[in-house]
Amino acid sequence: MAEVTLTDISKAFGETQALSNVNLTVRDGEFVVLLGPTGSGKTTTLRLIAGLEKPDAGRVSIAGRDVVSEAPASRDVAFVFQQYSLYPHLTVYENLAFPLRSPARRLPETEIDARVREVAKMVRIDHKLENRSTKLSGGEMQRVAIGRALVRKPAIYLMDEPLSSLDAKLRGELRLELKRIQNEIGSTLLYVTHDQVEAMTMADRIGILAGGRLVQIGTPREIYSNPANLHVAARLGQPHINLIPEGLLPGGSAPTGTKTIGARTEHLEIVRSGQGNAEIDWIEHLGDQNHLHIKVGQHKLVTLADPYLAIGRGDRIDLKLRNPLYFDAGGQRLT
Amino acid sequence: MSNATSAHSVVEPSATTKRIAGIIVVLYAIVTMVPLAWIFMTSFKSPPDSISYPPKLVFTPTLEGYCNLFTTRTRQTPEYIQSLGPPQSTCDEITRSRNMVIAGPSNYWPRFTNSMVIAFGSTFLAVFLGTLAAYGFSRFRVPLADDLLFFILSTRMMPPIAVAIPIYLMYRELGLSDTALGMILLYTAVNVSLAVWLLKGFIDEIPREYEEAAMIDGYTRLQAFRKVVLPQATTGIAATAIFCLIFAWNEYAFAVLLTSGSAQTAPPFIPTIIGEGGMDWPAVAAGTTIFLVPILVFTILLRKQLLRGITFGAVRK
Ligand SMILES: Nc1ncnc2c1ncn2[C@@H]1O[C@H](COP(=O)(O)OP(=O)(O)O)[C@@H](O)[C@H]1O
Ligand SMILES: [Mg+2]
Repeated sequence: MAEVTLTDISKAFGETQALSNVNLTVRDGEFVVLLGPTGSGKTTTLRLIAGLEKPDAGRVSIAGRDVVSEAPASRDVAFVFQQYSLYPHLTVYENLAFPLRSPARRLPETEIDARVREVAKMVRIDHKLENRSTKLSGGEMQRVAIGRALVRKPAIYLMDEPLSSLDAKLRGELRLELKRIQNEIGSTLLYVTHDQVEAMTMADRIGILAGGRLVQIGTPREIYSNPANLHVAARLGQPHINLIPEGLLPGGSAPTGTKTIGARTEHLEIVRSGQGNAEIDWIEHLGDQNHLHIKVGQHKLVTLADPYLAIGRGDRIDLKLRNPLYFDAGGQRLT
Repeated sequence: MSNATSAHSVVEPSATTKRIAGIIVVLYAIVTMVPLAWIFMTSFKSPPDSISYPPKLVFTPTLEGYCNLFTTRTRQTPEYIQSLGPPQSTCDEITRSRNMVIAGPSNYWPRFTNSMVIAFGSTFLAVFLGTLAAYGFSRFRVPLADDLLFFILSTRMMPPIAVAIPIYLMYRELGLSDTALGMILLYTAVNVSLAVWLLKGFIDEIPREYEEAAMIDGYTRLQAFRKVVLPQATTGIAATAIFCLIFAWNEYAFAVLLTSGSAQTAPPFIPTIIGEGGMDWPAVAAGTTIFLVPILVFTILLRKQLLRGITFGAVRK
C-alpha cells in the first residue's frame, strides 16, 4: 500500500481535453471515490495512473517515485475495468491466478493456490472456481473481477465503475462487501463512479470531477453540506436539490450577490395552513417515504415527506427556507 | 440466442419460406456435388468404361485407376508374363491382365508430398505473418495505416497470370524456379494480404482491455498477446488458415509456370497422367480423389471454427 499523487495532470485526445490540471492525492490506506458524469475524465484518470495513457503534462507518483516513464507492469497497481473484466477462455480459478502467474512475479504454484482460494472466499466465489468465466452471472463475474485485483497486494487498487453494469440489489450487496474487504485489508483504493450512493457510502473522501477538472474534494459530509458550487451541489442528494431564484421563498438570510438558492429537503420547512405560499401538486408514494411535488408560482420543487404526514394533493402549505445554500451568478457558493 | 420461436415471430422466417430455402440449398448442393461424384465414380472404372458413351452409371468397380496412378508400367509378351511367378499384389494382377508389368513407382506420390509441403508451409507462414501484422494494425497507431492496408489488399486485385512473367524471370535469376521454397514464398505473398484483412477484423473485436489488464498484471505486450489475444483469436486463425490452404492447395497457374520437376505440385501433374493411347481417365480421377482428401480432413477438423469464421464474428460468444 502506498500514497499516490497526481500533480497538474493534463491530458487531451485530439480536440477533446479529457483532463485539465488535476491535482489529487490518495493517501496510504485511503478509499477515494471520484464522482462524475460520463465523459468527465474518470477512466482517463485511472488509465494515467496505471500507465495505459501518458499525460500531456504533470506528474504521477506512486509511493514517492515518479512513474510517468514506467511501463504498466512495473507500476505495481491493480485495475478493475468497467467492462470485459474476465478472460473468456479461462476458468474462474485461472482468471484469479492469472496475475500471480505473471513472469514478473513467478510465485510457486502452492502459494498461488493458497492465495486464489483465500481471495475466492473473500469475494464469495469459492464454490465456482472450476466454472468457465463466461458461465457466471453478472454479479459473480464482477466479484471475480474484483477478486482478480485482490489476489495481488499492489500499491493501489484502481476500480472503474466495477458495479455499474449490475442491478440495484446486487450493487447494494457488492458495495457493502467491497467496503468490508477494504476495511479488512486496509488497502489504498481509487474508485470511480457516476453513482452518488456508491460515493457517499464507500468513500473516505469524494472527488467531484466535471469536464476534466477536479472541482472539489472532501469527506462525503463536506461535499454534501458544503458544496463549492452549483455543479457539486447538484451531484449529491436524493431527491435532486431544488434550485430556485433568490426571493421566491421567505426565511434564511441571503448574502449580497445571491442569484440562486439551493434547497434540499432539510432546507425546507413545511407548515400546513389554509392559504400558504405553495400548493401540493403531486405526491409520489415510495413506501417508506413520499416525494412531495410542490408548486410555488410557476416553480416546481420536490422534497421528502414522512408517509404519515396528513397532506393531500391540492392542499396549500407554507414553505420556508432554513439555512439553504446560496450561489452567485457564476454558480459559486456564497457563505 | 433463444431457440424458442413463436408462430407469429417477426424475425423468424415462416415455414414456407424455410422449406423453399431448404429446397434451393439441397438443389444447389446436388449441382455442386455432381462433378465430385463423377470423379469419384470414374476413379473406380476401367479405362474402357470411363470413356464409354452413353456414360455407364452401373459398372464393375476396379482398382485399376489407383494402380495406374501410383505405378509406371511396361508392355511385355504374354510368354514373358507367364514365366513370372505368382502376382505380388492386386495391382500386379490387374497390370498383368493388361499384358503389362509394373516397372516402378510413378511421380504422383512425390508431387503430392510437394503439394503438402508447399501448401501447409505457405499457409503457416501467411497466417503467422498475417496475425502479427493484423495485431499491429489493430492495436498501434501505424502511420498511413489505411493506405498500407489498401496497398496490401491491392496485391490481390490482378489475376496471377498478369504477374506471372515478371515473377518467372525474377525466380529464374534468383534460382527459385522449381523449388519448394520459391513456391512457399510466392503463395505466402499472395495469401498474406487475405490473412491480414481477415485477421484484423477478428482481432479488432477482441477488446484491448484484456491485454491492458494483463500488462498491468505484470505481463509484457508479447506475453499478453500470446496468453490473451491468441487464445481468443483461434476462431479467426482457423478460418483464415482454411482459406489460405485452399488457395495454395488448388493453385494451378503459377504451379504450371514455375514448377516442372522436383518441386512440381499435384495440380499441374495430374493432367499429365497418360496411359497407352491417350489420357488414362481413371488414373486422373483417382489422383484427383486422393488430392481432395487433405482439404476435406482439414476442413472437417476445423469445421466449427470455419462455420463461425465465415460469419466473420457475427455469432461469437
Ligand atoms: N482513447 C480516446 N480517444 C479519444 N477520446 C477519448 C479517449 N478516451 C477518452 N476520450 C474522451 O475523453 C473524455 C473523458 O473520457 P473518460 O475518461 O472515458 O470519461 P468517463 O470515464 O468519466 O466517462 C471523453 O470526452 C472521451 O470521449
Ligand atoms: Mg469511464
